[in-house]
Parts: sequence; C-alpha cells; structure tokens
Amino acid sequence: MVVDAAVAVAELRATFASGKTKSYEWRVSQFKAILKLTNEHEKDIIEALRSDLNKPEYEALLYEICGVKKSAKLALKELRRWMTPEKAKTSLITFPSSAELVSEPLGVILVISTWNYPFLLSFEAIIGAIAAGNTVVLKPSEIAPATSSLLSKLIGEYMDSSALKVVEGAVPETTALLEQKWDKIIYTGSEKVGRIVAAAAAKHLTPVILELGGKCPVIVDTKINLEVAARRLISGKWGCNSGQTCVSPDYILTTKEFAPKLVDALVWELEKFYGKEPLKSPDLSRIVNSSHFNRLTKLMDNEKVSGKIVHGGQRDKTTLKIAPTILLDVPEDSLIMNEEIFGPLFPIITVDKIEDSFNVINAREKPLAAYLFTNDKTLQEEFVESVSAGGLSINETTLHSATLTLPFGGVGESGMGSYHGKYSFDAFSHKKPVLRRSFVGEVAARYPPYTPKKQRFLQAFLDGNIIDIFRALFGW
Amino acid sequence: MEEIVARVGKNLAELRQNFRSGRTRGLEWRKTQLRAILKLVAENEDEIFEALNRDLGKHPAEAYRDETSSSNYITESSCLGLLSSFLPRFMAEAATVVLVGKLPLLLFPAKAEVLPEPLGVVLIFASWNFPISLALDPLIGAISAGNTVVVKPSELAPACSSFLARIVPLYLDNKAIKVVEGGSDVAEKLLEQKWDKIFFTGSARVGRIIMSAAAKHLTPVTLELGGKCPIILDSLSGSDLKVAVKRISGGKWGACAGQACIGIDYVLVQQKLAPVLVELLKKCIKTFYGENVKNLNSICRIVNKNHFERVCNLLEDPGVAASIVYGGSFDKQNLLIEPTILLDPPLDADIMTEEIFGPVLPIITLNEVEESIEFINARPKPLAIYVFTKNKTFKEKVLQETSSGSVIFNDTMIQFICDGLPFGGVGQSGFGRYHGKYSFDTFSHEKAILKRSFFLELEPRYPPWNGFKLEFIRLAYNFDYIRLLLLLLGLRRRYTSRIVI
Repeated sequence: MVVDAAVAVAELRATFASGKTKSYEWRVSQFKAILKLTNEHEKDIIEALRSDLNKPEYEALLYEICGVKKSAKLALKELRRWMTPEKAKTSLITFPSSAELVSEPLGVILVISTWNYPFLLSFEAIIGAIAAGNTVVLKPSEIAPATSSLLSKLIGEYMDSSALKVVEGAVPETTALLEQKWDKIIYTGSEKVGRIVAAAAAKHLTPVILELGGKCPVIVDTKINLEVAARRLISGKWGCNSGQTCVSPDYILTTKEFAPKLVDALVWELEKFYGKEPLKSPDLSRIVNSSHFNRLTKLMDNEKVSGKIVHGGQRDKTTLKIAPTILLDVPEDSLIMNEEIFGPLFPIITVDKIEDSFNVINAREKPLAAYLFTNDKTLQEEFVESVSAGGLSINETTLHSATLTLPFGGVGESGMGSYHGKYSFDAFSHKKPVLRRSFVGEVAARYPPYTPKKQRFLQAFLDGNIIDIFRALFGW
Repeated sequence: MEEIVARVGKNLAELRQNFRSGRTRGLEWRKTQLRAILKLVAENEDEIFEALNRDLGKHPAEAYRDETSSSNYITESSCLGLLSSFLPRFMAEAATVVLVGKLPLLLFPAKAEVLPEPLGVVLIFASWNFPISLALDPLIGAISAGNTVVVKPSELAPACSSFLARIVPLYLDNKAIKVVEGGSDVAEKLLEQKWDKIFFTGSARVGRIIMSAAAKHLTPVTLELGGKCPIILDSLSGSDLKVAVKRISGGKWGACAGQACIGIDYVLVQQKLAPVLVELLKKCIKTFYGENVKNLNSICRIVNKNHFERVCNLLEDPGVAASIVYGGSFDKQNLLIEPTILLDPPLDADIMTEEIFGPVLPIITLNEVEESIEFINARPKPLAIYVFTKNKTFKEKVLQETSSGSVIFNDTMIQFICDGLPFGGVGQSGFGRYHGKYSFDTFSHEKAILKRSFFLELEPRYPPWNGFKLEFIRLAYNFDYIRLLLLLLGLRRRYTSRIVI
C-alpha cells in the first residue's frame, strides 16, 4: 500500500486538531490495543522475527514481546500521574502568582525504526508518543520486511488509524517523509543516516531524538567472579541478536596478564551455551542480510586481524551465520577497531594497567554505553566520573537499557535525547509553563517614566532586599 | 579570514584540552566562576548601562530589570543548588536513585541512578536585544554544568559586545571561557567546528542555519526563537482594565521598544471593547513615554538602520497605514519610532504575517473573544500567549486548545524572571529551555548508571534455553512472583514453544 507522505501528515494534523488524541481515555485505549495485539499475535511476531533475523524464540519473547508489554503496562499504570500538571515555584517578585507546568502533546511525530529489534523499537517510541497525546507515523525498517509488514497489518487492524499510520518502504519513502514538517522525529539507526535526519529536521526547526550507536567498550578487571562475568559478557554480546545491538559490548579492554584467563573463561562458557558447533545452535541469531554478512567477514579476514582470532571464525554464507569469534590484541588502527562492529566479533585490546583503558575509551567518540567488570570500588568511581557515554552498567552488560526508570539515549556521536518510561512521555511532550497573576499587587515602579526613586525601589525589589525596599519607599 | 579560522581553531583546541584536564568539573571551580559573574556585573554596572544606552538607547531602569538583575537571581539559585548538593557527585537532587523495588527481580541486587555530567565545549550565540543577559544567562548555565564555553555576542550591539570581550577575561577563567566577537563571517567559521552543544537566541531564519550546521556534527542545539506573541483581552471591569492596559503598555514598549522575543506582538479583543482599549492605551503611552516622537523618554530606539527601515516598511503598506489610530511618526536620525497603535490592519499584510519586533501594536477585533483561539491556532506556535481574563472556563480553554512556549494570565513578560519556570519555545518558536535549574540541565548529559554485583546469578538468563527457563524469565521480567514461585515448585507448566522450528 503506497501512502502519500503529505496526505498522511495532513490527515494526522486534522485528527490532532480535533483534540481526540489528547483525551486520557483515547490514550488508554491505544495502550490496551497494543497489549491485545501483542497477546493475540505472539506467534506471528515470533515467526516474523525468526524470518527476518533467525531470532531465537527466547530473545523474541524476552526482549521484544515482554519489552513492549512492559512499556504499555507501565504507561497504563502511570499515565494519569504523568499527565498531571507539575506545580512550579514562584518568587516574591511576582507575588501574588501561581505557576505550573502543563504537559501538552507536540502534534505529529515521525518514528523511524530500525531492523534489529523491529517490534520493540517501533512500539517503544509509539507508546511514548501516544502517552503524550500525539499522532504518529511509523516508518519500520525495510531490512526486516516480515516484521515491517506485520506491523503495518496489526497496527492497521487494532489501533486508531486516523491517528497512527504505518508507511512502509525504503530510501525513497523515507526521504519523502523527511521532507514533511513534523513536530518531532525519533530516529534509531546509524550515525550516517542520523546526520541526514538531523539536516532534514533543521529545515523545519523540528526537534529530534537520535538513538545511534558507537563502539561500546567493556573493561574487565581482575579479581572478579570470572564465570559470572563471562556469562554476562556472552549474554550481552552474542545473546543479543548476535552482537547486532546498539548497546552490545563492542570490544573488551583488559590487562595483558588477564587476557588469556578471560579468553579461556569465555570459550568455556560459550561451549556450554551454544555447543561445539555454534553455527548449528538454534539459540543464535543470524546476520540480518548478506550485505552485513560480507561486511563482517571482511572485518574478520582483514590481514591485520585474521591472525588474531583465538576462537571461532567459522561462517556459513547460506544461512548467514557467523560463529562467536574472539580476537586478541588487535591493532587499534585496524578496521575492526574503527567502525561499530554490530556483529558476533569480539576483539580484546590489552593494556598494561587497567586504568589505561580510560584513556583508550576517552580518545574515541562517546559511545552509547560503556561497561566495567570489577569489584574495586575506586575503579568503579573513576569509571563513572571519567567515562562519558549514553549509559553505564557495572558488572553487567546491556541491562541498563531494559530498566524503564533510567533514560535511554546517547551523547555526542551516539545520539541526542532520551526515552523509555516517563522519559518517553517527557520526550514527546511540551512542558508548557503557565503563570497566573491577578490584578492586585500592582507595583508602580514597573512603569515609566523611570524616576531615580522608582529605580531605587525597583533595584531593591528585584534584589529581594526588604530593608532597601523600605528605604526606597520612604525616600531614605 | 584565515586569521579568523586560525583563531577559532586555536581557541577550540585549548578549550577541549582544558575540559579534558578536568579543570571545569570541580564544584569549587564552578562556584568561583559564578561568583565572578556576580562580581563582574556588580562592579561594572555603570559601564553596562552605558553600553546598553549606546547600543539601544536603553534606560538604566530597563537595563537593570531586564539585563543585570537577572544574572543576580539566576546565579543565586544555581549557586544554592550547587551548595545544597555537597556530595562529590553533583546535583544529588538531579541524581535520581531508583529503589531496588522498581527493578525486576532479574536484576536483584542492583542500583540504578542518573548522573548529570558536562557535555564538553559549548557555543553560545547571544542576541542583540538583551545583549548582556542573553550572553550571561546561558553562560551561567553552561558553567554550572561544568562545561567550557565560547560566547559569541551579537555584532549588532557592538558596545556590549566589546564590553564583554574586554571584561569577561578579567573576571572569568579564560582557559575555559572565551568571548569571540565578530559578524556572520566569524559565526560561519565557528559553526564549521564541532561543538558538544550550541545554544542560540535569535530568529527562526538563522536558527535553521545553525541547526543545519549542527546536524553535520550531530551536535544537539537549544533554539530560543520568537514568534508573534498575542494578547487575548477579555472584557474586564474598569479598574482591572486599567491595570491590564498598564501591563500591556509596559510590556509592549517598555521592553526594548517591542524588540523582544516574548514581546507582545498584537492584541486580540472583542470588537465592542476596542474603542475603550485604544483610548486607555493612548493615555498610558502619553504618561509613560511622552507625546512627541522628538521628546520620547524611557523607550529604546530601534537597534540599527536595517531594522528601522524594516519596521517603517511594515507601516507603509497602504492598508496598514490606513489602520493607524495613534502614532506612526518616526525620527530617522535617532532611529526612534513612536509607540504606534493599529486598529484592524489587513491580516495578509506583512505586519500580520511576520514578527513585528518593534513598537507597533496591531489590535485585531473579533466578534467574540473565544475566536481568538482559532486565530492563534491558524498561525505558528508563539513563544508566549498572554491572556487577560477572569473567566476560569476561558482560561482552561486557552490552556487546552492552544500551544505556545508559555502562557501567562493577567500579566506580560514576567515569566522571564521566574526562575522556577523553564523558558523556551515550541514549534517555530524553538525547542529546548533554560533558566534556573533548567539551565543546568540543558548543558548537561544525564548519564544512566546501573550497578550490579556478582552475587545472585540467575541461570535461566543463559542458553541453551528450554521451556522452564523461558517461563521463568517471562514471569521474573513481569514481576509475577507468585506464578514464578509456582513454577519453581513445579506447579506451573513450562513454556511451550509457539512456533515450529
């Protein structure tokens, strides 16, 4: 179905102008619709994700389906509170007055979603936009076609299509959408396209949320529970869409001495998780398409690093699978260390002292996430203070992004703006300050002609200096 | 030009290095700089008034109210904020510690918090109409958040610009805070660099240019733009109406002669009230500002010849000229335009489609005051809407059915000095906000932090997955502890796969 971008926007603007989406009841009805479609079509969703990504049922269930349900349930529970105006402080200067912040929707939101968590990332943004009372256009990723068409079908069937539309397609359709004027755009994807979205938004002065990526480092210290750490590392790397996750740990930093032990622990646990022939394990996602598959094999086969593979390296072009691969001591100027890997390759960079890792990280672009495994409290403190990233997890990977009470977003090249939970509601709202005054409490000194006496009074008044106010009033 | 490029590049490299060194992150450094700003303003007040008078003909009372006093209380509240959160981790009030109870059992034990951190090197563009406060207020925010800063004052207010360039290095740490003067050529060179944030106050046209330049580097921006800020005037009692008219006159002509982003652009009023309104406004103008354009007092002039001609041209439209009911004369030599009132100028004239930014006040009459809502909604969202009314229902209607940066009931302009309120626009009037703690927030990155220990591992997290593990995780993730218990006791069936592999 070809949807004309301008026509879609015009229709949504009319719906928004009617005020329908502002009502609490309408918003609640849409959350309920999302829960319903998720429950009734769980099988279809899992199948679509299996088709697009060979996503293991576990991952589909936990990260995508449970993730969406959790967000919708949280919104249902909290919406009333979120919509309540916030009281604001006023000062003596404006006495008598009262002030508050009223949340209002922005209008028409464009959600450009991505292919790796196509169901979750589409609905996470939609839930936020609807919670705030907006109308929405969703542009799902064409790189996950089964999920894209399922989203179009289910949203069309279950949700209010006068307020929520799905526009499928690729670059031409996205470009047409970006030419329209939106009240906010949320884009999840690469830095390169992020710049294009920001430039298009600039023409209309449209604010944006850019959820990009980056090379998320993980520092592994000594004197830790290596077994648990290895499992969490594996879970965050290969257990998340085979490393094709914006918050997956991209590379490891550890000391030269500790590296062999770490590799051993990882290899040991990897076999427990995925067996001796990981390419045959049903619990591993495949690479999304042949273009990314080729990109990753090129990274692995690059002459600077191919000799550094200490585990894995197997690949199957027909099934687009790459086995969990660990590389040790890759050179920092290799290709694999200069682009976001977004795949099942895990390079280890070794340093002399663990503290040196901070310099390695800070010399690079700010990532979406950074991780540290350590029991050393001082190291933890230093990490939190000196490493700038969208978010941090200590002794864990990726899970800060699943915590709905934390804002999820990047900084620098990893993005701008944040969402999840109440942050979503805030991101898609305008918090309008409202100041109420009455006609009493007139201060003549406000008005010209400005005499020296008025000026003294005004100065004292604005300074809040009671004594000077009196002095000015009585001409002392 | 090469000299400018070299200068800008050198400044930026220095600021980056100094930021990396951690110089600006300590509580003491920030407090020292903020106190220095207070001192700068207090010790140079006369010179500031002199510069404002030269650039805009601004009266010291206006200058005090709108430019120098705002630094005072903004700094006080920032300082107090910093002081009250004594911890090495700044802004305890901003670091939200989330209780374990809100995290899924899956993560127990864990601690989650949000830590504000500085963005890095920040660029602030100040506008010419409030050249001191629009430079210092964002600077205060950037400093309290721990950033290094370049301030680019507007070249259209040259006396203030050179004042800032000269005085700031004498009071503030010039390894971390720099003032770069110049025109659009310098601005262009600055915009080619990569910044961690750009804060811009000015017009929508230039806002687009700034945002496009920022997009190349994925630099977040705050745009404080403008718009046509309307007044809705409902019917009021005699005494209330007199107060309203004073506030309207003071707000329109008493703030940089209408050259203010939140300045009143036009008035919407019911037709039958228009004559009284016009009469009262005339009286007020005469009392406040005088009668003859040659003898105007307590009012700013137009900033320069370009803007002067722009405003005069707006009045030259025949339909507009015919609607003048008061004023309309100007003093070209002194760049003064008389406070002018229009009654029902044509709605398609430039004066009703562009932001006036001058001392001309159109009054648009309606059959009913409720029509004002539709009128406003047919136009871009303004930075502020001012509503004079005592009717509670109407107040609610305006709040719910219009959108603007802010809404003020029964006064004008005054939201600017309320530190507890965020100051910013929506739609074409901009995005992002500042003032008070919002300034701190706008120049910070809120970093999410999750801390776990190695204790208590949950096996079901890990593959190979089976029905038991899947059901366990599902229930744990949804805080469904009762069913989880049943599962563990073997009283609940395991998850069965939905799909055929």
